[in-house]
Formats: sequence, structure tokens, C-alpha cells
Amino acid sequence: MTATLEAPTVQPSPTGRPGRRKISAVTPFTYLVALLIVGITVVPLLFVIVDGFRSNAQINTSPTGLPHPWVWHNYSSLLTSSAFWQPLGNSALIAVIATALVVGLGSMAAFALSRYSFKGREAIYLLFAVGLLFPINAASLPLYVLLQKIGLLDNLLGVALPEAAFQLPITIVILRPFMRAISGEIEDAAVVDGASRFRFFWRILLPLSRPALATVSVLAFVVSWNTYLLPLLVFTSQQHFTLPLAVATFQTQYAQDTAKILAFTALSMVPALGCFVLAERHLVGGFSGAVKG
Amino acid sequence: MIHPNSATATAETSAVAVAPATRPARRSRGLRRKLELTLLLSPALLLFIGFVLLPIGIAAYDGLYHWTGFGPLSGFAGLHNYRVALSDPVFQHALLHNVLIAVLSIVIQLPISIGVALLLNRRIRGRSLLRLLVFAPYVLSQAITAVMWALLLQPGGFVDEVMKAVGLGGLVQLWLANLHIVLYTMFLVLTWQFIGFGIILLLAGLQGIPAELNEAAALDGASAWETTRRITLPLLGPTIRILMFLSIVGSLQVFDVVWIMTGGGPANASSTMATYLVNRGFQSYEFGYGSAVAVIMFVICFAFALVYQRFVLRRDTRGALTRAVG
Repeated sequence: MTATLEAPTVQPSPTGRPGRRKISAVTPFTYLVALLIVGITVVPLLFVIVDGFRSNAQINTSPTGLPHPWVWHNYSSLLTSSAFWQPLGNSALIAVIATALVVGLGSMAAFALSRYSFKGREAIYLLFAVGLLFPINAASLPLYVLLQKIGLLDNLLGVALPEAAFQLPITIVILRPFMRAISGEIEDAAVVDGASRFRFFWRILLPLSRPALATVSVLAFVVSWNTYLLPLLVFTSQQHFTLPLAVATFQTQYAQDTAKILAFTALSMVPALGCFVLAERHLVGGFSGAVKG
Repeated sequence: MIHPNSATATAETSAVAVAPATRPARRSRGLRRKLELTLLLSPALLLFIGFVLLPIGIAAYDGLYHWTGFGPLSGFAGLHNYRVALSDPVFQHALLHNVLIAVLSIVIQLPISIGVALLLNRRIRGRSLLRLLVFAPYVLSQAITAVMWALLLQPGGFVDEVMKAVGLGGLVQLWLANLHIVLYTMFLVLTWQFIGFGIILLLAGLQGIPAELNEAAALDGASAWETTRRITLPLLGPTIRILMFLSIVGSLQVFDVVWIMTGGGPANASSTMATYLVNRGFQSYEFGYGSAVAVIMFVICFAFALVYQRFVLRRDTRGALTRAVG
């Protein structure tokens, strides 16, 4: 935190980038902080993964020890039962539905709001933009009441539809300026060539908007994947549980079997962390792009 | 911004070659446009109104009734629910906890994020790996984070053992059972999960500051501290203000971590508005009352957002919503 205070005095040097080489005085401190960050971030994750390879007896004797011997049973029993695969499938299905819906409807709306001019356009855009300020957690109880009325409780759609709806504002807010920036000449040219506006939208505008579409898709998928409160309220039968819900429930159901909870938690991290490592650029770019002023 | 240069266009001129429209043709084109707009806009509008605006309207209405969630609305109560909620010390404490978490994230989390971001912005070995690691907790579900930390913080568990091993055994607490500690434990867990997001955001902001500025200041004899204070931090201002906004809005909505780790307990010592809402609305079947609480929570978030936009983000948001990508 005080790192900036101790940064070296930058001295002008006639050759190239001044001061860069004078970092040495501070470097050990820098690396110490870096090491601390790594430790704080990684140790808890490693603890969960490694302790999943121990038996309860081992964990109880020494919470900080390493597996001795390595126990595969915790992981193998989970990987061969539906306890892990079913919630994984549910989470994936809900996230795919929510993402497809919000990206599909969002890009259509963004197209209308960016490349048509009509009365009330800004008002509609503002309506969506204001939705950015609506927290889904505050809306959870009224959503429950609504879902009850329309018979979507304990139904995958009862989670996917509201998730898509709450994701619409950010999707439109990101897509509209992107679509707007695409040159009008391209559209005119397409029209001259006899393309209808829908054809222009489908064959030209959407492909050109791919970077922005990737961003909003990743955002929608991650948000849906991680949501806990809405599935908690909507689902009563365990066969519909999503991964976050299943992990939390598993913890209370198997309170005595710490090793198995650890293994389950570790397995549940794999999809998110795996996708993160693969799609880091999109994710980080997407998140910082989505909120950057 | 993008420069679409994939040559999908074949026409040489941008002038649209349309025959002078006769009146009926124009009218039918107008109709067609209307139809197109309806087709494009109505699905999104329906979804948005149905699942975002309507529930909030329903809540505002239901909040006027003593209602248990079963059968038709009954027992008109006027503003009674709102009055009861606002004067309930348990709700007041929950709100206070939200505010405390917000204050802590500005006073503690933010300076740390800025420090780490400045550090990671330097050229050090393994920088990209560091960034990856710092951001990793953010992608985990809060539920998973909560279960993980509940296990780590068990009495006699991993954290306690590590602290004893490094000679801090005297500081070991009942992290989740001590009334005076539990809220700070929640704050630490939330920090572990969310600080990486702030750091990445700040790093993105730092990349936008031209290196020439720092170099020019250095040439003029400014110390690194002066450069940071007078050039870097002010230029990072918009990012910091957005980050503060997101931190506070997030703090007002804390639910998952607290609900899973403590359920808001012990004795409501870690309750938040959202855990209060779920407790009263669902566990006690007070749907009318819960709706009123939901509306209050919503109004608090909304009012904060408007005030913040108006007074703090005023300079930054000119087009902020419209410059989101690129």
C-alpha cells in the first residue's frame, strides 16, 4: 500500500527511458508484495484442492498437513455420481439459455436503437440504461412472487428469464455505441446492393460487432453461472440445483465429511477457473470495458 | 473504436440511389419501418418490463399489505410495513452493516488496490501471471468462496493453525462466532474475492495514462511520489470514482457470502439488508413486509446511485455509458 511512497526518484538520463533501470533499490520490496499477493490468493485455493486428497482423519489431526497417503476416494466418488455432474449441467443449461436470450434480444434492440432514428428512441434507451441501477438481489422477493403467479417456480426458465432480463441493460449499453460506430457507408452500400435492413443486420452488422458480442456474452454467462440467491429461492427440488446452490447445500448436508466438502468445492472451481485461464483476455477486457468510464 | 474495413461493400459511392419516392411508396416504407422497429424492440422490452420493472411495481404494491404469500392479497396496511421496517432496530443494524462494509471498502480496500495496481503496472518479472492470479478469485461464485472460507476459518482449522505456526496464535478468534469480529471477517472474505476486480480496473486506467507525462514530470525534477500524487492519481480519477461507485453499490447488496457463512448471525451481528429481507420474507412468510423491505432496499440503492451520478460522476459520465467499449 505504501509502495508508491518508496518508488525511486526518477532521474533524467539522456539515453532512452529515464529511471527504469534505477528500480533495483525497490525491487526486493516489489517482489515481496507480489509474493504476498500470490500467497493470499493462491494458498486458500490450494488448501481446498490439496485437502480434498486427504481423509477426514488426516484433516482432523493436522489441518495444515499434506496428504499422506493421497486419498483419491473423495474426488472419484463425486466424479462417478450425479451430485457434481447434475448441478454442473443445470448451471450450464441455464447460463446458455440466459446468454442466448440476452445477446439475441439485446443485439436486436441495440440495432434498432443505434441505426434507426425514430421518436422516443432516447427515451427507450434511457429506460434500459436506468435498469443498470436495479439490483437483482433487491428484486428477489418480488420476482419470486411473480414467478409463483406465472407458474415458473422450480423451473429452469424461472431462473434463466429473470437473469437475462437483468442483464439486458448492460448488454444494450455496451452494444449500442459499438453498432453506432460502424460506418454508415457500409450500410448504404448494402442497401444499394439490394440488401434489406434485416439482411444488413444479420450478414454485416452482427459479424462486425463480434468483439462487443463476445464481451456481453462472457459477462452474461459469468453472471448467470455465479448467481446464488435467485436459484436458492426458485428451486425446491434438488435435481434443478445449480452449482453454487449445490456447493452450499452439500456443505450443510455432509457437515461431518469435511474431506468430501473440500473435494466438491475444489471440483466446482474447475469450470470457472479453467474458462478464466482460457478466456482471460475477453473476461478481463470485458469486465473492465463494461465499467470503464 | 473499431474501423470496419472488411470490404463487404461493393458499391463505390455512398450516395443511396433511390428513385424519387412517390407518396404511396413512402407511406408503405414508413409502415415497414414501424413493423421492423416493433419486431426488433418489443421482445427485449417485454422481457425487461416483465422481469425487471413489473416485479418492482408488484413489490411496491404488495408492500402495502399484511400478506403471507399464500392466497390473494389481504389485510391492507397502508404504509405500516414501511414504518415498521424503518423503525426496526434489526433492520437499522443490517443497514448499518451494509454502510460499514461500504466505508471499509473505500478506506481500506481502495488504497490497497491502488497501491497494488501501481506496483503491477511496473515492469516486473511474471507480471501477467500476477494479474491472472489477482483476478482469479473474482471469477469464482460467491457461494464457493463462502464455503471455502467457512472451512478455512473453522475453530482449530487451517487459518488458526497457520497463525499459531507463525507466532500469531494469540490473535486467533472465533472468526464466525464472535459478535464483535464476525462482520470484519465477512469484510475480509469479500475483500479476498473482489479486490482483484478493482486492481484490474485500475490497471486498465493506468494503461490509459501516457508515459510521456510521467517522463516529462521526471525531467522537470519531480520525485516519484510527486508524479504519482499530482499526475497519476488525478488522471486515474475517473476510474477511481467508478470503482468507488461499484464498491458501494456492491456493499449495499451483500448477500451470498454472509448467508452461507453465518446466515446473518450470530444474533444478527453480520446481517445485511438482503439477509434481513430473505429472513423475514421467506423464513417467516411475511411477504407483504418483505416486499416493503425490498422496496426500501431498492430505493436506497437507487437514491445513492442518482446522488453519486449527479455529484461525483458528473464530469466523468458525459458519455460514459456510451463509451463502454473501445
